[in-house]
Amino acid sequence: MIPEFGHYALVLALCIALIQGVLPLLGAHYGRHDWLVLARPAAQTVFLLLAIAFGILAWSFYANDFSVLYVAEHSNSQLPVIYRLGAVWGGHEGSLLLWIFLLSTWTILVAQLSKALDDFMVARVIGVLGLITSGLLLFVLTTSNPFERLLPAAQDGRSLNPLLQDPGLVFHPPMLYMGYVGFSVAFAFAIASLLSGRLDAAWARWSRPWTTAAWVFLTLGIALGSWWAYYELGWGGWWFWDPVENASFIPWLVGTALLHSLAVTEKRGGFKSWTVLLAITAFSLSLLGTFLVRSGVLTSVHAFATDPRRGIFILIFLSLVVGSSLLLYAWRAPKSSMGGKFSLSSRETFILLGNVFLIVSAGSVLLGTLYPLLIDALHLGKISVGPPYFNSVFVPIMVPLLVLMGIGPWASWKQSNLVAIIKRLWIAFLVAVLAGIAIPLIMGQFTWLAGMGFMLAFWVIASGCMQIVRQSKAGKPTRSFIGMQVAHLGIAVFVIGVTMVGAYQEEKDVRMSAGDTVSVGGYQIELQGVSAARGPNYQAMRGIFLLSKNGIHQINLYPEKRSYFSSTMPMTEAAIDAGLTRDIYVSLGEELDDRSWAVRVYYKPFVDWIWGGCLLMALGGVLAMSDKRYRLKLKNKFS
Amino acid sequence: MKPRYKRALIIIAALIAIGVAALLILNALNSNIALYVTPSEVAAGKAPQGQVFRIGGMVKDGSLKRDGLTVHFVITDLVKEIPVAYTGILPDLFKEGKGAVIQGRMNANGEFIASEVLAKHDENYMPPEAKHALEQAQKNGSNASSNGSNK
Repeated sequence: MIPEFGHYALVLALCIALIQGVLPLLGAHYGRHDWLVLARPAAQTVFLLLAIAFGILAWSFYANDFSVLYVAEHSNSQLPVIYRLGAVWGGHEGSLLLWIFLLSTWTILVAQLSKALDDFMVARVIGVLGLITSGLLLFVLTTSNPFERLLPAAQDGRSLNPLLQDPGLVFHPPMLYMGYVGFSVAFAFAIASLLSGRLDAAWARWSRPWTTAAWVFLTLGIALGSWWAYYELGWGGWWFWDPVENASFIPWLVGTALLHSLAVTEKRGGFKSWTVLLAITAFSLSLLGTFLVRSGVLTSVHAFATDPRRGIFILIFLSLVVGSSLLLYAWRAPKSSMGGKFSLSSRETFILLGNVFLIVSAGSVLLGTLYPLLIDALHLGKISVGPPYFNSVFVPIMVPLLVLMGIGPWASWKQSNLVAIIKRLWIAFLVAVLAGIAIPLIMGQFTWLAGMGFMLAFWVIASGCMQIVRQSKAGKPTRSFIGMQVAHLGIAVFVIGVTMVGAYQEEKDVRMSAGDTVSVGGYQIELQGVSAARGPNYQAMRGIFLLSKNGIHQINLYPEKRSYFSSTMPMTEAAIDAGLTRDIYVSLGEELDDRSWAVRVYYKPFVDWIWGGCLLMALGGVLAMSDKRYRLKLKNKFS
Repeated sequence: MKPRYKRALIIIAALIAIGVAALLILNALNSNIALYVTPSEVAAGKAPQGQVFRIGGMVKDGSLKRDGLTVHFVITDLVKEIPVAYTGILPDLFKEGKGAVIQGRMNANGEFIASEVLAKHDENYMPPEAKHALEQAQKNGSNASSNGSNK
């Protein structure tokens, strides 16, 4: 009976979400206060119902209820409890439910934390979010009901894909979705302001922390996914330009542009139409990402078994959202004023240029991702666009962006003396050039690409340090200033990691028998032997490797080749010795003849800086969000 | 500076940025596209010469042979067969009798030298390109038989 309650809760949630989506918007339009005040209670009810539905699905997993089709397909009684809970979003239906549940979580947060906003604005924002919620609930109920029964019930479940049996799965999707879905708040604020015709600095101030929050989650979600792919897929790469990775990265790029553009709108009242357009684009791209992942139109490591109805539904929903919001934009946006004037050398210009580069890079990634689809749709053949395309297009666009990052924060709003800034920055330039020459030489080999990478990273770092010195002389820096510096430092750290791995990693595929030694990056790795091992729901062949440097033994590494009882698919579990300046990565291939094994060893210098940089970016976002000026406003209203 | 010039300059800068990006993109697209080809098309000589391309199909049962780190196998659409050589570690989901997508180029002896063997997340998942190759071969096969051939 319990799963039926879950289904029932979803149906009820759809009804209430429709009320949440329609009445407050009409109320705000016709000035009917009695309709308008329904926004908050409706949003709360939807949240409660979705929490119940989600809880029931989680319970079905916990209780091993294999009479529920989705549970039978994605879980197994031998699966450890933590992965059974992670399995709730291990497949299509559950992850969509998670999407909607998180959407309603954002809605409820907006409803609770927006007490200082006027009722009309709140009603419109919650109304727009309600419409999105209804659309997606309709999608779940018609094409992907997670509570569908399996009769007769299965004896045991098919189990979760072994790749997904990892702590990474427990956190990666919720984080990523939190970010994806979070852009819906920025979107709803933008639409609400278009509807009300009040595109002003107050609107930007309100949507800014929400956008930053979504961006922080998206950053963490992407970084977690990348880290997970690195250690779990057994490939040792950190980014593959896989269509699904791109689907999350494109909204990130646009979201980053939005963050910066919102700053101009808040501080100077400028770029209003542009900011609104970015908010609409960021959310539309999040939806497009969902469509790409869920419809199975793209060949990707993330591809799920597909159902064409699903793709069509999302495509229609996507066109409705994009079409109606762009229509509204075309109708309302031209009426908004231009905002404050600014000179060619001003912070506004630098932010605008940065925006252009971010959008162009997002466009080029989008093009590479959709190109195979386009060619296929035109019956011009089947093609694939490989990582070299993305590397050769994306990287050159990032170069001027990083140069700008070192200059832009020095410029003041409205008018600024560019010559004075450049004169002041000669020290940073010197540091950058020295780093660009010295570091590759220390690493043992100079390449122009590596030199460029280090130069840009240290340019950003040096410029940031000089800004911090200047700012602390002038008084106590604000949280949002520190946040910006930390996030920009994160970019530099990330660039260092990427450059190091790109230029100096070593990869070896070798054949090893017990007693053989392979050396990589100045380390020796000796295979001592391979023996059988057993886990809770799998058995494995476990290699024992001795890692040593200059003859001194450092640590043992135990990579595994697992076979899960409930699956015929073998699983490579790499062993990684992680460190601040390098990772040593060993994974076991197949057993060859005469008891030797195919073994892959990597030396990855500074690879952890890639994710460390992402963490810093996210931390910067959190700091910026906690700035006093967002809180003061709340307090004033309450007192 | 007058606002009109300022705007013009910004627009010009943006256009230059977009133009350069477009140039990079076109250039990169030209040299980094891999065409998908079915084994039948390869056998018919329709594969691009001296260029990297991808083959989708099934790994023929019993065709896998190891020679140290190099593996030899046959990829097929159940009509035509293409011998493949690959040096390195195969992905976990690579198996005889299962679908696979491989990328590489043909050598002079008519053997496909794979530089990449693509893996998928899920064992129940068939790469669409592999499926496409099988369907295509089947369609051609049934056409041939309806035309009175013995195949």
